[in-house]
Amino acid sequence: MMKVHLHGVGVAGSGLEGWAACREVLAARAPWSGQALRVPAPAILPAAERRRCNAASRLALAAAEDALAGCEWPLAELATVFTSADGDGAVTHALCESFAAPEPDVSPTQFHNSVHNAPAGYWGIATKSKRPSTSIAADQDSFAAGLFEAAVQATLDRGPVLLVAFDLPLPHPLALMRPRSHDFAAALLLSGEPRGRPLASLALRLEPGAAPSALPAGLGALADNPAARALPLLSALAHGGTAEIRLGAVGARQLAVRCER
Amino acid sequence: MRPLFVTGLSIASALGAGLERTFSALREGRSGLRQNDFEPFPHPTWIGRVEGLESAPLSGEFARFDCRNNRLAQLALAQDGFEQAVARARERHGAARIAVLLGTTTSGILETELAYRRGAEVESLLAARDYAATHGMFSLTEFVRRRLALEGPAATVSNACASSAKVFAQAQRLIEAGICDAAVVGGVDSLCLTTLYGFRSLELLSESPCRPCDERRDGISIGEAGGFALLEKAPRAERGAVALLGYGESSDGYHMSSPHPEGAGALLAMSDALARAGAEPQEVDYVNLHGTGTPANDRAEDAALHAVFGDSTPASSTKGWTGHTLGAAGIVEAAVSVLCLERGFRPGSLNTERVDPALRARVALESEQRPLERVLSNSFGFGGNNCSLLFGRAA
Repeated sequence: MMKVHLHGVGVAGSGLEGWAACREVLAARAPWSGQALRVPAPAILPAAERRRCNAASRLALAAAEDALAGCEWPLAELATVFTSADGDGAVTHALCESFAAPEPDVSPTQFHNSVHNAPAGYWGIATKSKRPSTSIAADQDSFAAGLFEAAVQATLDRGPVLLVAFDLPLPHPLALMRPRSHDFAAALLLSGEPRGRPLASLALRLEPGAAPSALPAGLGALADNPAARALPLLSALAHGGTAEIRLGAVGARQLAVRCER
Repeated sequence: MRPLFVTGLSIASALGAGLERTFSALREGRSGLRQNDFEPFPHPTWIGRVEGLESAPLSGEFARFDCRNNRLAQLALAQDGFEQAVARARERHGAARIAVLLGTTTSGILETELAYRRGAEVESLLAARDYAATHGMFSLTEFVRRRLALEGPAATVSNACASSAKVFAQAQRLIEAGICDAAVVGGVDSLCLTTLYGFRSLELLSESPCRPCDERRDGISIGEAGGFALLEKAPRAERGAVALLGYGESSDGYHMSSPHPEGAGALLAMSDALARAGAEPQEVDYVNLHGTGTPANDRAEDAALHAVFGDSTPASSTKGWTGHTLGAAGIVEAAVSVLCLERGFRPGSLNTERVDPALRARVALESEQRPLERVLSNSFGFGGNNCSLLFGRAA
């Protein structure tokens, strides 16, 4: 059992532009439009990097920035955990297409954007942070694996840890292997010790069996996006009180979370 | 931190499968690099290729995981009594108390790349693939977790060329937090077009076998490898008493594909590994460098190394033997470090003729047979990730 404190929440995705808007949808005060999000290049990046940065990094950093409005720690002091099942499929596709050409011409920017930890790299450049950063992948359970790692770090090191989960639709023909309709990213700022007034506390444990909690009503279209496994937790936060949720597998067991707000 | 004992270890690289072949090649100064004969590629380069993967498909219940990367994982798992060591650990601790944490950067992307090269056939080829079990980043970890019948926490770590070093840090945290009693760590990366063309596009691919720290160094030689370590709190009779004594992780926060010029992040990672172990720099007998052979990496790493160790601690890169195995570099060089400690051997820098006079740390050219107590291994990667691991004999 681990207990961590939640200090910030960020969201970026189709029909969910920011945590404030997402909360309205989760509380059934607004309908989910499902409209594709146009994510601007992150203002936090230097101009040259803003031009180079890929779609996955833009989405991930949008959620991160949303979670950190009013953050009590200097951004360079946050350890980070990024998690994603598939990274940036558009970059994978562009590279594979270029290999298929008679004379392959690969862009160096595409290549460095192809690493799974590209969003973490851009985040580091934006904040000039020297703090450790870990980039995780665990297929459909990437959110649970990322939250678990972030909670372990926060518990042991006591300091703040920013978790960012993101996944995007893949272009054709990669989509034949892995269909997905919508962008979604969520960010959580966690710490092992509370500072100021945390939004909630999360008690995490691994338990046998059981499927993850269902997505909130009306948001089922996001079910094929692994990062959207965060939504049951976000729904509990939007509704307040105490909730028990299961967020996906970590190894052979489920990550169960008791959320108290 | 509390030492974590290396109670199982296995490796497969261009030096061959298993620790014995690896150590013989190191001792005899025999490189595993060869001229590229992997896939048609219009630029001359040398590679560290693992023999026999083409004719060793995964079968039975594991057939759905079949791809070059998982074949290499299977080859490494079968070496050095590793599966047996894990089976014994499973009996001691229970399957749910052993984590599986593995690094990779390109997983099973090769088969997707080759499908794209087949023109109109690409759609039917991709539609027939099990994405999660082959192309996906988690494919390696899920394959290995099932193969070893483990049920503890599992994750792929993909932090470029620091991936399979960072998993040691992650394992230490899980064990320290009381969530696990043991962990299987390591990583696998296999040859593919993404890395050949990608490093070429950045002008980081050498046309000759890589020459780390040489004044004429001009880039990397890409290699493929897989390796695993079993980490536990208590030593076992099967292996010596070599343990992970400390780790350090940091970010550069500087550039996507170039290291911080003064090695600021690398310095933090090395210092943190020493601090966590309660060790002084002069207690380290040898540093296994990240030492890729690119002008920028070796210069930045040297600056950091000199700041921590001055010019007395011998350091070398073993990438002249294996090539740069990218996401597997951390585990390959961790395995080399453990071998060196167990067998009293300090490798030189193979292929390096004249050390760049601009470098200030002590780069060793010749190998040497002598007892070692502590070895530090560096792994750095794109996105500005740094990880240093300190291995040694624990009291």
